[in-house]
Amino acid sequence: MNKASSLAIAVALALGTMPALAQKTASQGIDEYRAMLQDGNPAELFEAKGEDLWKKARGPKNVSLEKCDLGKGPGVVKGAFVALPKYFADTQRMQDLESRLVTCMETLQGFNAAEISKTAFGRGEMANVTALATWIAAESKGQRFNLSQEHAQEKTFYEVGKRLFFQRGGPHDFSCASCHGEEGKRIRLQDLPILTKNPGDGIGFAAWPAYRVSNGQMWSMQLRLNDCYRQQRFPYPGFGSDATIALSTYLGVNAKGAASIAPAIKR
Amino acid sequence: MADPMRIRAQASGDKATVRVLMSHEMESGQRKDASGKTVPAWFIQEVTAKLNGKDVFSAEWGPAVSKNPFLQFNVKGAKAGDKIAVTWKDNKGDTRTDEATVS
Repeated sequence: MNKASSLAIAVALALGTMPALAQKTASQGIDEYRAMLQDGNPAELFEAKGEDLWKKARGPKNVSLEKCDLGKGPGVVKGAFVALPKYFADTQRMQDLESRLVTCMETLQGFNAAEISKTAFGRGEMANVTALATWIAAESKGQRFNLSQEHAQEKTFYEVGKRLFFQRGGPHDFSCASCHGEEGKRIRLQDLPILTKNPGDGIGFAAWPAYRVSNGQMWSMQLRLNDCYRQQRFPYPGFGSDATIALSTYLGVNAKGAASIAPAIKR
Repeated sequence: MADPMRIRAQASGDKATVRVLMSHEMESGQRKDASGKTVPAWFIQEVTAKLNGKDVFSAEWGPAVSKNPFLQFNVKGAKAGDKIAVTWKDNKGDTRTDEATVS
């Protein structure tokens, strides 16, 4: 065999094997990596912290949060997460899990709610709110979302959330729908779910709070929305603001019937 | 005071699989804070595990290990009811030990 033909065979072999190597797409590779991370989700550490915070007597009044009403009655944690945001008669407003927790921390424990809401994510009492939300979400793992749409406010917030979702603005002229409104969109390697309809079990609203491996942070839904707005180059929405709760209501109602896997693990 | 570890140990056949989730910053010493100052290194240096008080595992770790590290290993001869104790020690001298029962 001469040199040229053996080279040709080598090239043919190389070409023959190349597609086989490339068969695993980047997103499959990412899926494998995620599957490996599933076992040992550090969100568990935050769950443990949250449970401890719930039961521990804290704050100026030195009481625990065990009397906190998350919508299913004082102290009922299981199933609360999959029914929020909802309208609360005592505060006379729509509240999501985090803003409700802050209310409880003020009314029961004597913390200053405005002070907590101003605290940066991951710091001070705000880190505690996230840990509490992580544990409370975990207590409803596997349950299906079923937000109430009975109260007039709940209907209004759904409609407002829908408008916010489609509202374009900022220097990029982006809306939530720019990324989450059609099939096959992604940011870098992250597949983006369509959130204008039910995205399925454990996707979108049903996955947060989640632990972010890349920065080792626990992210609540409020932070998730805050960062979505950052990526759109919008001004940051206020913590627990009506806008974020309206968006959550829209996403939560759309996710009706989807099973929660929160706290999830993300890249 | 460091937060507790989560340890799970599951026996199957003649060995047990131990899974440990540790709560630690694992600061590499390479990062800078907002004001441009280097964030000092702070990471777990030694990890040891004991089965019923007898050493079965030891490792030396460096700054390349991730925040909130996850460790998994098999222990030969561990049965249900045995005690697994895991200890870590970081470069600041802080240490923590947690124990779990093999199930």
